[in-house]
Amino acid sequence: MAIAEHEQGVRRWEGDLESLRGLVSERAFTGETMLLNMGPHHPSTHGVLRLLLELDGEEIVTCLPDVGFLHTGIEKTIESKPYEKGVVLTDRMDYLSPMSNNMAFCSAIEKLVDLDVPERAQRIRVIVLELSRIASHLVWLGTHALDMGAMSVFLYAFRERERILAMFESISGQRMMGSYIRPGGVWRDLTPEFFDMLDAFLGFFPARVDDYEKLLTKNPIWLDRTQGVGVVEPEVALAWGMTGPSLRGSGVNWDIRKAEPYSGYEQYDFEVPLGEHGDVYDRYLVRIREMRESVRIIQQALKGLPKKGEFRSNNRKFVPPPRSELGRSMEAVIHHFKLWTEGFSGPDEEVYVAIESPRGEIGCYLHGTGGNKPRRVHFKTPSFMHVSALPILSEGHLIADLVAIIGSVDIVLGDCDR
Amino acid sequence: MRIPEAKDPVAALRTALPEAVLYAKDFRGETTIVVHPQHLVAALQFLRDTPGLVYNFLSDISSVDYYPEPPTEQRPERFAVSYHLLSMLYKRRIRVKVFVAEDEPEVDSITSLWPAANWLEREIYDMMGIRFRGHPDLRRVLLAEDWDGHPLRRDYPLGYEQVQFSFNVEEIIKHKPLAEE
Repeated sequence: MAIAEHEQGVRRWEGDLESLRGLVSERAFTGETMLLNMGPHHPSTHGVLRLLLELDGEEIVTCLPDVGFLHTGIEKTIESKPYEKGVVLTDRMDYLSPMSNNMAFCSAIEKLVDLDVPERAQRIRVIVLELSRIASHLVWLGTHALDMGAMSVFLYAFRERERILAMFESISGQRMMGSYIRPGGVWRDLTPEFFDMLDAFLGFFPARVDDYEKLLTKNPIWLDRTQGVGVVEPEVALAWGMTGPSLRGSGVNWDIRKAEPYSGYEQYDFEVPLGEHGDVYDRYLVRIREMRESVRIIQQALKGLPKKGEFRSNNRKFVPPPRSELGRSMEAVIHHFKLWTEGFSGPDEEVYVAIESPRGEIGCYLHGTGGNKPRRVHFKTPSFMHVSALPILSEGHLIADLVAIIGSVDIVLGDCDR
Repeated sequence: MRIPEAKDPVAALRTALPEAVLYAKDFRGETTIVVHPQHLVAALQFLRDTPGLVYNFLSDISSVDYYPEPPTEQRPERFAVSYHLLSMLYKRRIRVKVFVAEDEPEVDSITSLWPAANWLEREIYDMMGIRFRGHPDLRRVLLAEDWDGHPLRRDYPLGYEQVQFSFNVEEIIKHKPLAEE
């Protein structure tokens, strides 16, 4: 559509302008406004997002997001695999918090086949989910501040994130794509090194959040760039399907962890931070406070973690037996063989499970066939909804504010394109 | 302000729009109401605006392809579109489902009720080839504009690298770009 051409050193729009009729304003056809491509290689689009902007001077008249550059057909591929093998693909969607995707998919499977998760496994899940929330918010904080010119925050945020990834490595063997949460529980039990690292982390992290806040919260340049920018009214946010911190920044008290608790979240005492004005600054404050709340949740989960107990369900029709049983029990060998060749079967029914990921509601619609593979998997991802709402957020703003707005809704294009 | 008591969505919809509801079912605590495509927008608007229901938030729209299974009484058509609504006031969800015919896969767009439906419907058009009547901007969203076919249909081949077994070898060879004799 949009091919640029060099002609005497001037890049010209060579695409079919007619195909944009109805999408951009009439003024674009007379040359009164300018059409400008932002991305897909622009550093502040947080991945490969292309925005076709219609500009009147520096003001955005129309914003047309173009996504799909990271589409990898994950939903289609999962349809061809037994349920458990799909888990590893879900890691690759929202690559900044793979655990949340694992959790959404595994919860859907557990609901479909009616599989219980032991208490200890639920606590472990809460710990890793909250750790990945902190890790994801740290990447958001670093890149968002970097977009707006505050470079040092990026280095500090990534320093702390690396500690979390080291913990994930010690329990799942991978820094990022751990596939740690599995149907019926988690893959392995927590390791002693993990507890040591976690204790150290919980000790120093709250002070580090104070450091970030010292750099930004009252920084006059930061306030200038964020306050009153990208204001979303609560009604607009709800109508456009925004969820998570981006919705709570507008003051809507909706957190799935509180409203529809999963994995035992009802047992924890934590606050849901809310914004007042719905601008970029409030969304920033909400995420900063969420990191502090996540620390509180992890501390409570650690305190209540049963000393002994299963980290994965003992239902051998769905969960393969541990290696140690294979030498002793013929039944275990049969279960092992059946589960790793054929997998388990799910009924020909449909379920929808939504959980609170760092970015918002990630929903998994799962439809079984009665066999070992799903008929349809659909992920409703927060980034997809937030990108679709970008035009509403950005139109009428300056192009420099668009960078702040994109950062403030915290999109991950892998999550959006799947 | 007093919050009106929560109503049973199925009974309320049956009373208000008796011709719209085909059947309703429960599975693991999730309610599914299958409605007639003609009354889809009216039914969703009723669920959204009626006190005691207030399904104010559109969580998700997803689609499913029942190919190659023959139509049954419960599943009269090949495709289905599911609308997942959420009531933040009563903290509950509901699924409204319509069945869509294979030869003319088209349903009414609900972008007039929730702007959030815009991209979700575009995604279904892109992936499943179901068209939405009255959609303001029905273009492909994830795939390229000149993409051939709709990949999430069950009869769309996964790729050429599928492992061959005796039961699927014919299906795989059918799609392989082999040299002609």
